[in-house]
Amino acid sequence: MQTITRDILLEKAASLLASGTVNRVLGWKKGEFIYDVTPAVFTNAEDMYRHFTFDCFCGANFSKYLIKETQKEGKVLVFLKPCDSYSFNQLLTEHRFDREKVYAVGIPCDGMMDASTVKALAPEGLTGAERNGDALILHTLYDGDVTVSYADHLPDRCKHCKSKKVVAYDEMLGENGEVTDAGRFDEVAALEAMTEDERFAFWQNELSRCIRCNACRDVCPACTCEKCVFDNPGSGVENKAISDRFEEKLFHVIRAFHVAGRCTDCGECSRVCPQNIPLHLLNRKFIYDIDRNYGDYMAGAEEGSRAPLVNYQIADPEAGEVVSGAGGDKV
Amino acid sequence: MQVNENNEFRPKIVAFCCNWCSYAGADLAGNNRLAYPADIKIIRVPCSCRVNPMFILRAFQRGADGVILCGCHPGDCHYTSGNYYTRRRMAMLFSMLNYLGIEKERTRVEWVSAAEGAKFAATMQDFAEKVKALGPNKRLEDLRCKQ
Repeated sequence: MQTITRDILLEKAASLLASGTVNRVLGWKKGEFIYDVTPAVFTNAEDMYRHFTFDCFCGANFSKYLIKETQKEGKVLVFLKPCDSYSFNQLLTEHRFDREKVYAVGIPCDGMMDASTVKALAPEGLTGAERNGDALILHTLYDGDVTVSYADHLPDRCKHCKSKKVVAYDEMLGENGEVTDAGRFDEVAALEAMTEDERFAFWQNELSRCIRCNACRDVCPACTCEKCVFDNPGSGVENKAISDRFEEKLFHVIRAFHVAGRCTDCGECSRVCPQNIPLHLLNRKFIYDIDRNYGDYMAGAEEGSRAPLVNYQIADPEAGEVVSGAGGDKV
Repeated sequence: MQVNENNEFRPKIVAFCCNWCSYAGADLAGNNRLAYPADIKIIRVPCSCRVNPMFILRAFQRGADGVILCGCHPGDCHYTSGNYYTRRRMAMLFSMLNYLGIEKERTRVEWVSAAEGAKFAATMQDFAEKVKALGPNKRLEDLRCKQ
């Protein structure tokens, strides 16, 4: 497989900018630290040569940015990893942006590293990190170079990757992969096998760390309402200081429910969570339930498909059957 | 949750009833003098699919010990298909609540037609007993809403 490097992407972007096909590029920009890669819009090749970056920390999903970007003049170039392309299709299905104003370049991906994982591996004096085949080399100030296995330290969303196939693009760089779906629901099934008390304790432990920063909502490519129920000050859900255990559950259940059936399982919610809450486990639970009860469905796999929660079958199982069938048959 | 003079736990149960079937079913139960527990507080909604998941969580937050949602039988919805959507939504929501460790007996969807006064009374009786056996809802209540 041809490895996609920064140079290949730069060359592609520069030629498309030069030919006038696009007038902006949605790409990744270097941050303060090696793992602080942020999405950025570039308008000329010079800026790109200076700031554009592409390495194993470019996990950000660009699809949501297209909603705002396509409201501007001219075409925008976007690089789509497999995950991003599912969100891309899903947003197109919901008519959230103008396809004509986007030039999509598909790039293969075999997992992006998580900032928090790298920080945990080399807690002091991390100056750089690079990927060399299946090795991740961390440069540190005090301990020299630390080499670890890349695949073993991938975040959960990439370890159990749903697909390596870019499903929407104008042009593909490198070779397209296949739908993988490697044990995506193992963790959900493990939780379901616990008793209710254990599950409650697990989620209490995870969700009580939530600081209600709304990052999971803001980054989610399925959360695209212009007005969000959580922005209503009268709703009382934005309050943290005097809240009790209920508060986070309300927020997280509703957040996951609002994207149920539309979530493309890109795992951005877990990636951006400053408290490292495994939020993708909530979304995967909905996907798992939908797959088991209403037939396999992958949001964004094809444009124009009807989401399961805005659809029905006369022979659907009753709510009670679904809940009992989902494991954890206790009490 | 409320406690009577014998220190016996009385659950607080919210029943969302659709205007066209279940609410009329409750009416019929009353007309026929069929008793069902006073712990059931009925909230009338135009259709079972009017019930937003937030309503259910809010009910728990404000101290409900159980929430039951009643609508027309599948195929009999006054608006043709509302209850089919309800069925999928509530299956997903209740499954999620159970995943978070909320006892599944606290939530239920039941189809009750306008002619089923007896079924309404029996369903409510049964649900109230189940919830009573579970005890007060401690996992989804909000202490700020306590009196």
